[in-house]
Order: sequence, then C-alpha cells, then structure tokens
Amino acid sequence: MLLISCPNCGPRDETEFHYGGQAHVAYPESPNDLTDREWAEYLFYRENTKGTFAERWVHSTGCRQWFNMLRDTVTYEIHSIYGMGQPRPELQASAASAGASKSDPTQPGEFTQSGDFGQASAPGLAPGATAPTATTPISSEGV
Amino acid sequence: MAETATPAETAHVDRVRGARRSPAEHLADAFTSGSVPGTVTLTEIPYQAMVGLRVDRTSDAGARVASVTGGLPAACGDVTGTGSVNTLWLGPTEFMVVAPEEAHDSLGGSLVSDLTTALGNDAGQVVDLSANRTTFELSGSHARAVLEKTCALDLHPRVFKAGTAVSTELAHIPVMLWKTSDETYRIFPRASFADFLGRWLLDAMREYASPEVP
Repeated sequence: MLLISCPNCGPRDETEFHYGGQAHVAYPESPNDLTDREWAEYLFYRENTKGTFAERWVHSTGCRQWFNMLRDTVTYEIHSIYGMGQPRPELQASAASAGASKSDPTQPGEFTQSGDFGQASAPGLAPGATAPTATTPISSEGV
Repeated sequence: MAETATPAETAHVDRVRGARRSPAEHLADAFTSGSVPGTVTLTEIPYQAMVGLRVDRTSDAGARVASVTGGLPAACGDVTGTGSVNTLWLGPTEFMVVAPEEAHDSLGGSLVSDLTTALGNDAGQVVDLSANRTTFELSGSHARAVLEKTCALDLHPRVFKAGTAVSTELAHIPVMLWKTSDETYRIFPRASFADFLGRWLLDAMREYASPEVP
C-alpha cells in the first residue's frame, strides 16, 4: 500500500486514489497533420520506464483533484508530488540513483516515442536500452 | 411558506414526508438493539437537507454564497457554519452544505433557492443532493475504536479534532466523516452503501456489548 500525500488533503492510502497514466503527454499542436500512426502513438503509446517515472494521479475519494507524481517504478519510492501544469522537477543525484533508473527519463514536457514498432523497444529484452526516439511535431507544453 | 401554509400545503408536506423511506430505515431496530448505551451507539439521522456547491470561494459569487451558508471552508477538514447549517469542505472549489430537513424547499425552507439565487449566473453550481447520502451518528466512548477498525486515517484527538470533516474511506466505501464532538462522529455514506455500512458498523460494535476480556 502506498501512502500518497495529496497536495490538498495530506497523506492518504493508495486506495483513495486512481492512476492517470504517464504525465506530460502534450496534446499535438496540429493533430490534423499527424499520420494515423503518429496519432495512434500519441493516443496509446506510453513509456514503460523502469525507474523514475512521472505520472498523474487523482484523489478520487477525497478532493477529486489531479496532480503529478514522480515515482520510482522499481522501489515505489515517491520522489516528488507537484501540481498539474508544473514542469517535471529535477531530481537530486542521490534521489535519482536510489532506484534502478537506467533508462533515460523523458525530458520535461517532451513526448518521445519509439521510431518504429520493432524489437528495439520490446519489453524484457533490453530493459536498460532506450529505444530510438523521435520527437513528434507536437506542443512542448506539459499537461 | 411555513408561516402561511394553507391546510392543503400542510397536507402536501405531510404526504411527502409520509412517502419517504430513508436508506437505513429497515436497520433502525438493529441499530437500537446493537447499540451499547454509554459505550457506543449508532443511529440514523435521516432526510437531512444537503446541497452540493461548486464555486470559487474567492470570487464574488463565492462571497455571496458564503453569506448564505455562514462562510465557506478554506481547506481540507474545515467546517464552517454555526448552529444547524454547516458547510463541509470537499475540494478546493467544492463544498457540501448540511442542514436539517426543514431547511429544504419542499418542506417550507429556502436553502436551495437561497443558494441558487446567491450564485446567480456566475460560474459554479448548486445541486440539491439531499437524497444522495444519509447520515449515521456514531457516538460514545468507544466510537473511535469502532472507526479505527476500518479507517486508515489517524483518528486520535491530537490529530482529528472535533469540528473536522474529511472525505475518506470506511470499510472500503467512500464516505464523509465529520467529528462533531469529542465522542460523536457523523458519517455520510451514499444511500446505496447505507445498508452495507450500517451492518458493518453493527458488526464492529458487537464486541463492546460483552464484558471486556481481561
């Protein structure tokens, strides 16, 4: 059970919250210009980070407000909780190395995705390897 | 309306009252027999008027609404109001007004219409939620012990003080929990959860009817 500190309500059990997936996935600036593949990648493709991961949560049983959390997906350590619209905070080196953060954390406000659907990003094969990334022509504003 | 009610209006109000069934009405006898006077008692306070408010409390509309409710709470846990009309904090822009049933417009009060008028055409909402939840009152020296069987929050009086209300989980269902005095808690479960929570609390209270095992 995680003990999550809601920015409004203070520490509460994980069961009061719902998960909202990866944070900072910006809406495309011109969605009409995207190919079907790019649109599908925007909609459905998310990082599967081993290590520090920025994600959204909502305190559904309490104040019903969304917020961002920087959590280690290996150790479950919560590094930081910050508001919607705020950029991903920089971690201190000691905090970042606490977990197995081998993979490149996504840059703030940047949406990266695998260049192709190939094996480079196949889970389990090379957990430390970062798939070839390509920045799509989308907004750099964090959500 | 209450002062000038015609016999027909009074009859209508009585008919409305007679037709109502509270969510835990069928458990009333069980609540009575399951309560341990002086130790822990459970009762339902049915039909309280409740109004859901959404308004920015720092706006003009927020100030107007606050003048009707007697203030709007500023932070989690806060409860405003004096006497019988109180406002609980649900979120930064979301509140719940709890008042006696007589405050409801259908029974001669004017709570909902006053709030609607106060909000006017500004951003926000006033929704009559009187039938959404019922109210349980759990009181007595062991009321906290009963709640601590299921509530993950720290209910110790040094943290959870009288006059505090929080939205949390009891027995895995979402409720509002309001500590109205040192040994009295008001619990607001949704109507559909009232039967479950009522029986759950009765079960949790059962041990206090027996002599304490040394």
